[in-house]
Amino acid sequence: MADLTESRIEAQSATRPAKRIKWDQIGDHAILIAGALLMLVPVFMIFASSSWDDITLHREGLQFGFSDDMANNYNAALFEYGGFTDSVNGVTMLANSLILGIGFAIGKIIVGMMAAYAIVYFRLKFATLAFWMIFTTLLLPLEVRILPSYEVITWMNLGNTYTGLIVPLIASATATFFFRQFFMSVPEELIEAARIDGAGPVKFFIDILVPLSQTMIAAMFIIMFVFGWNQYLWPTLITTDESLFTLVRGIRQIMQAYADGSSTPEYGEAAALAIIAMTPPVLVVVFFQSWFVKGLTESDK
Amino acid sequence: MANVKLDGVRKVYPNGVEAVEPCHVDIPDGELVVLVGPSGCGKSTLLRMVAGLEEITDGTLYIGDAVMNDVEPANRNIAMVFQNYALYPHMTVAKNMGYGLKNRGLPKAEINQKVAEAAKMLNLSEYLDRRPSQLSGGQRQRVAMGRAIVRSPELFLFDEPLSNLDAKLRNQMRIEIRALQQRLGVTAMYVTHDQVEAMTLADRIIVLNAGRIEQIGTPGEIYSRPASTFVASFMGAPPMNIFTGTSDGQQATLDGGVSLNGAGAPSQTGKIQIGIRPEDVALDANGALPFDVDIVEELGAHRLLHGRLSGQPFSVSVGKDEAAQTGPAKVALKPGAVHFFDAEAGRRL
Repeated sequence: MADLTESRIEAQSATRPAKRIKWDQIGDHAILIAGALLMLVPVFMIFASSSWDDITLHREGLQFGFSDDMANNYNAALFEYGGFTDSVNGVTMLANSLILGIGFAIGKIIVGMMAAYAIVYFRLKFATLAFWMIFTTLLLPLEVRILPSYEVITWMNLGNTYTGLIVPLIASATATFFFRQFFMSVPEELIEAARIDGAGPVKFFIDILVPLSQTMIAAMFIIMFVFGWNQYLWPTLITTDESLFTLVRGIRQIMQAYADGSSTPEYGEAAALAIIAMTPPVLVVVFFQSWFVKGLTESDK
Repeated sequence: MANVKLDGVRKVYPNGVEAVEPCHVDIPDGELVVLVGPSGCGKSTLLRMVAGLEEITDGTLYIGDAVMNDVEPANRNIAMVFQNYALYPHMTVAKNMGYGLKNRGLPKAEINQKVAEAAKMLNLSEYLDRRPSQLSGGQRQRVAMGRAIVRSPELFLFDEPLSNLDAKLRNQMRIEIRALQQRLGVTAMYVTHDQVEAMTLADRIIVLNAGRIEQIGTPGEIYSRPASTFVASFMGAPPMNIFTGTSDGQQATLDGGVSLNGAGAPSQTGKIQIGIRPEDVALDANGALPFDVDIVEELGAHRLLHGRLSGQPFSVSVGKDEAAQTGPAKVALKPGAVHFFDAEAGRRL
């Protein structure tokens, strides 16, 4: 019996070279794991801390374990009216953030697609020039043009409105660029077939290009939603009405109390709000990702 | 149903390149015309001008007696089948086929009925709910044809529709296309670079070279009376042997000294080109022409002998039953085997 096992082991080692430890792979994974921990541990700490009361958090800092104030904190974060005017609670802020994120993403996709459509499919006189001009605006993010943008919005009386919050942000070089690349990969014959089938520019766009771009749209939506959701500077500038506050601002609002020294900072509530603020982008990514991968593997083109 | 007439139609690209020289073609109703030529000869450009996908620089295009130069492709009442099928990937087979009709504003019931009819004709009935990506190449090709049929066009345009299929399927689809076109009786223009496809499908062939029409004729005419050395060597496999030689008005002599006795000669004297098809020559121990065989190519049904005649490259095709080996041999010409072309332009004499 012992002989048999031995011979089997020998046979195995004969057919397959002895397993060597692949140090380079271990090194790669160590880096990856370290990176993942670096990202995830703070998230976990915030999550764990959101179950503690403010006093403990104030005294001992963020916590690793769980306590029993979780329900309290989340309830307070979501439903307790706060802020200077007591006119906003977590749910309102969540709604505002969603409106901003979705409006921002959809607006960017529509504008980007239409711009790319014009650049790729129509014989415009200065199409290339126009494209590069749009492209260079990548070098001019909102922060650079924030004062003129603010001027324009207040002049149009759009301060403290969703329109003012969303519209100035939706012109997007990134989306235009990605859709342009995608449209250029659509086979020429498809356009010709559509022309023979009597599809004009609008019909071609809606009936053919938009459905073909589904995966691109999903990808853009992920990126743009998260980007919009995380906007901080612009909403801070354009909304003074607390009922228009977004979640990202709300967190700060809670912490503000500490800086003012007026009352005990509501650390637990802030941690809960942070977790709430993180959830929708994560859900969007998870949900659209499955879609995205499906679209990529089903080679439809 | 309609006849098609190209009256001096010409294409010059903005960069000044003349892709198609002024050409005059008359296609009677119900005929299948094949445009054939090497790549870049302008055959696709010509077809695309008829389709309206390419602007016509000069000349007039008539489809069914109406001038079509400035008519939108959708309104020319044509249907086109593309090389890469150009099916809409996100639509089902049924929607692909019905899209053109939908854009014409036909009621749904009528569209469904027409699609069902065409699908039945093409054996696609059970695939109507599938996406193009779920079909094989041959099926996709059929869908593309179905899309053309449901429009009940006056003119079919085929742009190398079979070149993406494997050889076996190509033969089968070729026959199907021909049968379908004859059954529907619709005029058709068919572009290909494959001379076998051209010979088998066409009522008439238009041979193009470098944007110029070399010859228009039935497959038989093209084969037996090629109008130029280009046509002679392009149509027919293996291609016609072209020799350089001279003529004294009575008799033609190949450069290298071998005379073609009894083959006649053009009235033009001096330098000429002489064409002989490999299959118009027979091995014959008593033959007049000495042939040095270098290589024997075995092709199953027949053999190709490559060698030299009068010092110039020469190929002969012999049946599989004939003995063939390398070394010196004698060949004899079959009657009417010799074609004469002028030395410079290569036009038939």
